[in-house]
This record gives sequence, structure tokens and C-alpha cells, in this order.
Amino acid sequence: MYAFEYQKPKSLADAAARAANEDAKILAGGMTLIPTLKQRLARPSELIDLGGIAELKGIRKEGNDVVIGAMTRHADVAASDLVRSTIPALADLAGMIGDPAVRHRGTIGGSIANADPAADYPAAVVGLGATVITNQRQIPGDDFFTGLFETALEPGEIITAVRFPPAQKAAYMKFRNPASRYAIVGVFVAQTAGGVRVAVTGAGPSVFRQKEMEAALSKSFSPDVIKDVKQSPDGLNSDIHASAEYRAHLVGVMARRAVEKCG
Amino acid sequence: MPTVSMTVNGKKVSGTVEPRTLLVQFLRETLGLTGTHVGCDTSQCGACVVDIDGDSVKSCTILAVQCEGANVTTIEGLANGSELHPMQEAFREHHGLQCGFCTPGMIMSAVDLVKKNPNPTEQEIRHWLEGNLCRCTGYHNIVKAIEAGAKAMGARK
Ligand SMILES: Cc1cc2nc3c(=O)[nH]c(=O)nc-3n(C[C@H](O)[C@H](O)[C@H](O)COP(=O)(O)OP(=O)(O)OC[C@H]3O[C@@H](n4cnc5c(N)ncnc54)[C@H](O)[C@@H]3O)c2cc1C
Ligand code: FES
Ligand code: FES
Repeated sequence: MYAFEYQKPKSLADAAARAANEDAKILAGGMTLIPTLKQRLARPSELIDLGGIAELKGIRKEGNDVVIGAMTRHADVAASDLVRSTIPALADLAGMIGDPAVRHRGTIGGSIANADPAADYPAAVVGLGATVITNQRQIPGDDFFTGLFETALEPGEIITAVRFPPAQKAAYMKFRNPASRYAIVGVFVAQTAGGVRVAVTGAGPSVFRQKEMEAALSKSFSPDVIKDVKQSPDGLNSDIHASAEYRAHLVGVMARRAVEKCG
Repeated sequence: MPTVSMTVNGKKVSGTVEPRTLLVQFLRETLGLTGTHVGCDTSQCGACVVDIDGDSVKSCTILAVQCEGANVTTIEGLANGSELHPMQEAFREHHGLQCGFCTPGMIMSAVDLVKKNPNPTEQEIRHWLEGNLCRCTGYHNIVKAIEAGAKAMGARK
């Protein structure tokens, strides 16, 4: 690691003021950032640790929605009675991320800010039609992920929470890379107030909605209706773990399993 | 350089560190607690797992300065004098190690599991160990050791 300064502000305002410095970087759980620094792939002058800001932690109900603070750890989402009773698929997803030690540090804000193409949370943010709340504005989940490791966040903008509306039914199925546990393909299916959503992670450079499957499932919510929907491999990821064709095939399999799991 | 203070194995300690110092470096190099191992340094293997404020964490993926005020337990903090912790004893008894390199992390993860789930099934143990890699044993005896260690920890209470 290159040398850097370390700051642990107590307030969001203080953190935001520091984050305005373009050489500074926000530190959340560190599960992605610290390995990146070790490989000298980033050289921030200063790390701004959000761990001292109480208002960024915790899970609360607002109306019917579940609002999860940016610094809430994966383990806390997986273990939350509120999440489990309102959106069980979201608690399941959090419990499938990485391993216990990663879940004891990694946060929802860090995961979605990082926008890894194989990360799990993006599937839930898009699949449930969630809203990303920052210190400056509210960003619809559909507009948040803009490309490979790219988001709608402006430089220095800080995610403070994610608001998830409940779903009538929802399920997440992932085909895991057995070594890293990241998604080779993960599909989040939900029946929401705004219609059926099918969000795919792992397969492409960024999470996307499978609109053909959404249309078919809106007519009849059963695994059979998407059996003949073909996912094109064009533009999908191809690497040592899986070819684009295999990933395209897995999108169909995981989507059918997720619909089945919705019951 | 910042000064960091924390409690390690029940003792208050402090040291002057560069912000980029990892917790595992602070433990091994500043405090001389070399029981915590670095297997991969890429956050994959779990040889470096310690307990921080009640949760198992990879000490190669957290800065020492992030642990200001924290309560840290390492493998050296488990035994009671010359009497091994029941989980350590179970690893010895059930041949849960060969070279022993992964063992400190395995035991720290196992103790955290049993604290949270006192009677884990074999499946739950294997699932919990997804972030702990062993190059020698094939895991079978590690799982047996943890089953026995869990029973012994329950009996001790
Ligand atoms: C061994 C291992 C296995 C893993 N397996 C999986 C897996 O199966 N599925 C999965 O989805 N992920 C996996 N991860 C990644 C893990 O979920 C990380 O926790 C996550 O990607 C990053 O979250 P973090 O809180 O650790 O963020 P950090 O590493 O601290 O930060 C990541 C990035 O986000 C920025 N950032 C952080 N918080 C904010 C904020 N509030 N506002 C704006 N920017 C912010 C940081 O500046 C940085 O650029 C794995 C990681 C490891 C080490
Ligand atoms: S040394 Fe920390 S996970 Fe391998
Ligand atoms: S006993 Fe050698 S690595 Fe596990």
C-alpha cells in the first residue's frame, strides 16, 4: 500500500467536506478497498472512514419500506428480523455474500458504490425497484448502476441509505463462483406494486433487467412461461469461470429457480 | 504518525503506527503475537482471522487504526494458562491439523460459530468455513474437531 492519511469523522457533514477532496477516498467495510490498496491499484491521499458516523448504521421501517443505512453490514441485514419478515429474499441474499468474516465487515453502501459486475446487492436494488439515498439526492435503483464498476454517484457524493419497497413475492438465486462466492450469475425476481421485475447480476458488465421475462411473468407468474425466453449471449461477460454462452444459459436457469422459489 | 490503543487478549495496548499498517502487522510485528498467520494477504484464506468486538474478522483486511478502542482476541488469548481452550483441545484430539498454518484462523472462526450457534450441524460448520482454506487436511477432521469442540464448549458452561 502507498501511504495515506486516515480520518474518522463523527458527522456526515464533516465526511462530505473531506470527500470533496478528489484525492480522498471513502472507507466503509474495506473488503474491496483494502485489497485494492494492497495491490496499489489506487493511491488516495486520505481515507475517510465512515465507521464513526452513527446515523449511517441500522435498519428501520418507514411506512411500508425498509430503509437500510449505508454502513449496515451484510451480517446485520442477514440477521435482521425486520428484513426477514418484510423482504425475506433480501435477508437471504445478504447471507449468501462471501463468507462470515466478509459479512462481519462489508456494508451495503460499499457494495453498491463499488458496483462489481458480480456483486449480489445490485440485483436486489434493481429487482425490488429500490431508491439509493445520498447526502445530496435520491437516485432510483434503475438509474444507479451505469456500467462496469460505474454508478450515477458524483465525485465526493456519499450514499447514506437504501430504501427498499416490500414485494408481494421475491426470491434471489445465484450460481456462485465456488472459490470467491461472487455471482457467476444471480437473478432476483420480484412481484412488486410496479409490476414483475427480473434483475440479473454477474452475467453482464453491470446489473440489468430481463424485460422479456418480465413481460412473460406479468401475464402468468410461473417458471414455465420463461422456459422459451432466450437470453442472448451478446455483450455478456466471458472469462475463465464461464463463457458468455454459459452465462446466458444460466440466466434462464436461475430465473426459473427464483420464480419457483417465490412459490 | 497516529497512536492506536486497543485491548488485545484482555490487556490494554497501544502503539504508534502508520495509517496503512494492517491489524495483522500490528499484532505480529508491534505486539509480537505471531499466532495470527498471513496465508494469502488477499482476503481469501482466513489464516488471519481474529475476533474483533465479538465477530470473526480477517485481520489482513482491516487497518490497525480502524481498531481504535476495539476489543481484540487472537489465538493466544484462548487458552487459560497451560489449559487449552476446548476448541484447541478438540483440534488436537481429532487431528484437525497437519502443517497447522491455517489452524489459528480455523479455531478463531470455529469459536465464533459456536458462540453464535452452540449446536451447529455438519452442514452449518462447512458453510461457516467457506472463508477458511486449508491446503493439507481435506477439512474432514477439522469439521469433526469443531463438532467435538462445540460439545465441549457447551459442557464447560
Ligand atoms: C473474500 C471475499 C468474498 C466476497 N464475496 C462477495 C460475494 O459473494 N458477493 C458480493 O456481492 N460481494 C462479495 N465481496 C465484496 C464485499 O461484499 C464487499 O463488502 C463490498 O463489495 C464492498 O463493501 P465494503 O463496505 O467493504 O466497502 P469498501 O471496500 O470500504 O469500499 C468499496 C468502494 O465503495 C466506496 N464507498 C464505500 N461506502 C460508500 C458510501 N457510503 N458512499 C459512497 N461510496 C462508498 C469506497 O470509496 C470504495 O471505492 C467479497 C469480498 C471478499 C474480500
Ligand atoms: S491472510 Fe488474511 S485472508 Fe488470507
Ligand atoms: S493444516 Fe496445513 S493448511 Fe491447514
